[in-house]
Amino acid sequence: MTEAEVDERIRALIKPFNNKGVSIEPETTFANDLEFDSLTVMDFVAEIEDEFDIIISMNQQAEIENYGQLITAVHKLQDN
Amino acid sequence: MTDIATKPAPDAAAPKGDLLSKFDGMIELRETILASGVEDPYNLVMEKVLSPTRAICNGRDTILLGTYNYMGMTFDPDVLDAGKEALENFGSGTTGSRVLNGTYQGHKECEDALKEFYAMDHAMVFSTGYQANLGIISTIAGKGDYIILDIDSHASIYDGCAMGKAEVVPFKHNDIEALEKRLKRLPEDAGKLVVLEGVYSMLGDVAPLKEMIALAKKYGAMVLVDEAHSMGFIGEHGRGVCEEQGVIDDVDFIIGTFSKSVGTVGGFCVSNHPKFDVLRLVCRPYVFTASLPPSVVATAATSIRKLQHGANKRAHLWENSKRLHAGLIELGFPLGTPEPQSAIVAVIMPDLERGAMMWEALLKEGLYVNLARPPATPAGMTLLRCSLCAEHSAEEVETILEMFERAGKAVGII
Repeated sequence: MTEAEVDERIRALIKPFNNKGVSIEPETTFANDLEFDSLTVMDFVAEIEDEFDIIISMNQQAEIENYGQLITAVHKLQDN
Repeated sequence: MTDIATKPAPDAAAPKGDLLSKFDGMIELRETILASGVEDPYNLVMEKVLSPTRAICNGRDTILLGTYNYMGMTFDPDVLDAGKEALENFGSGTTGSRVLNGTYQGHKECEDALKEFYAMDHAMVFSTGYQANLGIISTIAGKGDYIILDIDSHASIYDGCAMGKAEVVPFKHNDIEALEKRLKRLPEDAGKLVVLEGVYSMLGDVAPLKEMIALAKKYGAMVLVDEAHSMGFIGEHGRGVCEEQGVIDDVDFIIGTFSKSVGTVGGFCVSNHPKFDVLRLVCRPYVFTASLPPSVVATAATSIRKLQHGANKRAHLWENSKRLHAGLIELGFPLGTPEPQSAIVAVIMPDLERGAMMWEALLKEGLYVNLARPPATPAGMTLLRCSLCAEHSAEEVETILEMFERAGKAVGII
């Protein structure tokens, strides 16, 4: 799967969590721009994990601050 | 990706370089609550403790309904005598680590009492329950291993994971399917530890250990269960939820504490693993801290042995839990569980402000409960957590319900 395909799928997954309709750019942050709390993060991560049949450990989540980093990480994980 | 409970200073009021300015959000929140005239829920002083269920708090005679003193052992005459005798004969403290000069006869006797209580081969006593989780988890699951845990796990479990540097994979609270999905995706040959709790202390709900432990075994994971809130009360012999659900033999490590049903302080791990004793040499939170004072291990050992024969107290505690739960539902309070599952009954508050008002109204009625708020609580909830004691009389439970009714009406939430 290309990075563009990963991006497309995650864009669809993020919609129900993006209550404020924040525009999603690579530099959009989850904590500040999207105001995700820890529970939202858990649900959102679970959706991605199921979609791509991967695990994103909390250690990996801690390194991911913005949307661009998430796409890169998921692209790499689903490639393995 | 996760948010943290801290935020930077909103403006530059704090001097530059002040490392505490990251807690300004917390200070602000606390001041907002106190400004509304509420007594500080996190600064209560018990001037006198009259019994396991009564104390003088902030000058008022108060019923204690938030102490985790489930079996009411804190004033048991045999327990007190054992403590006094040990204090007299072994002194006030050990001044040393368990692996150097800090293992006394009492520590061995306490571990023997645990082995007998759980019918297991090995027991290791730590200075607190927090250290037991911190020590065991960080020591057995290291870099490259995986820890699969419930998202609502206690802070000591998360801290143990962080200290050991294992990969942490959380799953949705008590969700069997979510656990299996994650176990299935992990590398087959990697070391795996599934960490569960018997009773989750925030809502007082019980885990489906039977199903979850079966899955862990199916995917080749070891299992650690924290039974802090069930020891002494749940299960035929009070061994916890894993005994109640008939899966105690499949658990590799049980973690527990002396600061709840046992009625003192300390933590432990029991196990049947043949190599368990090596942990005494490699577990840093066990090695690099002073051992428990002789009086504490003496009270713990005596209490544990008495808890083995506590069937009548267990039965009365269940009656209390059922009555309080039913009574609060009748009054119209939303609760954390649809039916009583443990000795914890969590009353869900509409928000932190009214939760604090309700907490204070109850305190003025003469009732102490725990006010729990995010981030300790799941789903950002504010809770008034009630933990019952086997020493609460049936009449006291009725009095407690009357207090809830008056306070709830005064604050306007029922």
